[in-house]
Amino acid sequence: MTTLEQQAREKTPADAWAQFPWWLLAIIGFLVFMGVLLTVGEEYNSAFLFVKDGIAVTLRTTLTAFGIAIILGLFAGLGRISHNTIIRNIAITYIEFIRGVPTLVLIFTLALVVVPEGADLLKLDVKAISPNSRAVAALSIIYGAFLAEIFRAGIESIPKGQMEAARSVGMTVRQAMQYIILPQAIRNISPALGNDFIAMLKDSSLVSVLAVRDITQQARLYAGSPFRFRESYLVLTFLYLTMTLVLSLLLRWYERRIRQDAK
Amino acid sequence: MQNKMNEQSGNRIVLDGLYKYFGNVQAVIDVDLQVRQGEVVVIVGPSGSGKSTVLRCINHLEVPTKGAVYIDGVHLEDKETDINAVRAEVGMVFQQFNLFPHLTALENVTIAQKLVRKRDKEEAERVGMAQLERVGIPEKANSYPRQLSGGQQQRVAIARSLAMNPKVMLFDEPTSALDPEMIKEVLDVMLDLAKDGMTMLVVTHEMGFARSAADRVVFMDEGQIVEIATPDDLYNNPQHERTKLFLSKILAH
Repeated sequence: MTTLEQQAREKTPADAWAQFPWWLLAIIGFLVFMGVLLTVGEEYNSAFLFVKDGIAVTLRTTLTAFGIAIILGLFAGLGRISHNTIIRNIAITYIEFIRGVPTLVLIFTLALVVVPEGADLLKLDVKAISPNSRAVAALSIIYGAFLAEIFRAGIESIPKGQMEAARSVGMTVRQAMQYIILPQAIRNISPALGNDFIAMLKDSSLVSVLAVRDITQQARLYAGSPFRFRESYLVLTFLYLTMTLVLSLLLRWYERRIRQDAK
Repeated sequence: MQNKMNEQSGNRIVLDGLYKYFGNVQAVIDVDLQVRQGEVVVIVGPSGSGKSTVLRCINHLEVPTKGAVYIDGVHLEDKETDINAVRAEVGMVFQQFNLFPHLTALENVTIAQKLVRKRDKEEAERVGMAQLERVGIPEKANSYPRQLSGGQQQRVAIARSLAMNPKVMLFDEPTSALDPEMIKEVLDVMLDLAKDGMTMLVVTHEMGFARSAADRVVFMDEGQIVEIATPDDLYNNPQHERTKLFLSKILAH
C-alpha cells in the first residue's frame, strides 16, 4: 500500500516532461528575445519608443469601457431573466442585436452612426464627443451584451432554494438579489469576467480604425512612414502578448485560489 | 361571515378551501385547516401527497390557485397585503437547509434582521447569538455553512428563522436530508421550541416527534386531507383505509 502510494506521488521523469509548461517557456522565450532586440536593436528601439505612447490610451480605454460594460451587462443580464415581458424583450433585443454583428462593424456603426445620432437627439454638440469617448461607448455597448450572458448564467447557476430562503425571511426580490444571489453569482463568474477583460483588451485594438491613438494606431502610423512593418508590428505583438500573458497568469492564480477556498 | 371572523380570531393559520394546480397536476385539493396559537400540527402522507405544497402556500412561495390563506387574520391573497411583512412573521425551515453559503453562521442569522426588521448591527448580533445558543452551537458563529455538518447547518437554519421572532414556524421535512445520527439533534431543538409554546406546522415522517410534540396529526393523500386526529388516535386507531395502508407501509419495519 505504502509503495503504491509512493509510486503514485513520485513523478517519473516522463511525467515531469509531459507536465512542464513548455508553451509558457516558448512565449516567455519570444518575449525575452523581443526585449533584448528592443534594447540593442536601434530600429526596434525607436519603434518601441513611438508605439509605447499608446499604452496609456489602450489601458484607459479598456478599463473604462469594461467598467461601463459590467454595469450594462448586469442590468441587461437581470433584464434577460425578468418576469416583465417588456423588460425581458428589450434586454434580449439588445443582446441578440450585438451578438449578430461583427465587432469591427459595430465599432463603425456605434461610433459613427449611433453616438452622433444619439447626441443629436439629446441636443448635445456632436463635435465635442472625442473619438476616444466614442470608442469607449462602442466597446462598452458591445461587451455589455457579452457580459449580460455571463451574468445571466451566473444568476441562474445559484440554486432556487437561495431565493426562496431569502424571500421566506421577508426580503424583497431586490434585497435577495443584492445580498444573497449576486454576491454568490459574481464569485462564480469572476473567472469568466476576467477572460472577457482579456478579450476586450485585445478587441480594443479595433478602435484604431477611429483614429484613437492606442498602441495599434501608433504602430500603424510608425509602420506607414516609410514601410517599417517588421519592427512596428513585432513590437505591437510583443506589447499585447506581455499584457495578456500577465493577466491570464494572474487569472489562473486567482481561479486556483477561489477553488481552494470553496473546499 | 361574522362567524368566520370569530373563528379566525384564535387561529394563527387558517386555510380556507385551498387549491393548487401545477399545469394539469392537482397538487392540493380543497384543503381546510386551522392552527391555533401555540399548537403543533404535524402533516404526514406519501410523497407527492401535497404536504409540502400546502406548507409553501402558507408563506406564498407558491401562490394558491384558489382559496385563501390567513395568517393572524391577514388575508394573503388580498392585493393590499404586504407579503414581505407577513413572511417576516412566518419562519420556514427547508429540507435542504438553504443557508447562505457566502455568509458565516452569525451573518446568516443577522442579515434578514438588519434588512427586514431594520435592527442595528449590535442588536441583530445579540439576538442572533442568543438564537445560536438556543440551538446549541454558539461556538460555530464564525463558521461558514460548508464547515458545518448537516445537523449543525439545519440548526443554524432554524436559528435564522427564529431570529426574526416569527409567530409561526413551518418545517418542510427538516430531517429528511440528514444522516441518521444527526436527526436527533435537530428534533431536540424542535421539541424545545414546541415546549416553549411556538406555533408549529411540521411536515415530517418522524413519528417519534409527532407522538411527543404534536397536538394533532394531519394525514394527506393525493392532495386532500384524509383525516385529522391526535397522534395516538391516528397512529393506533386510523379511521380510513388510506391512512391504514400508509401507516402499514411506514410501520412495516
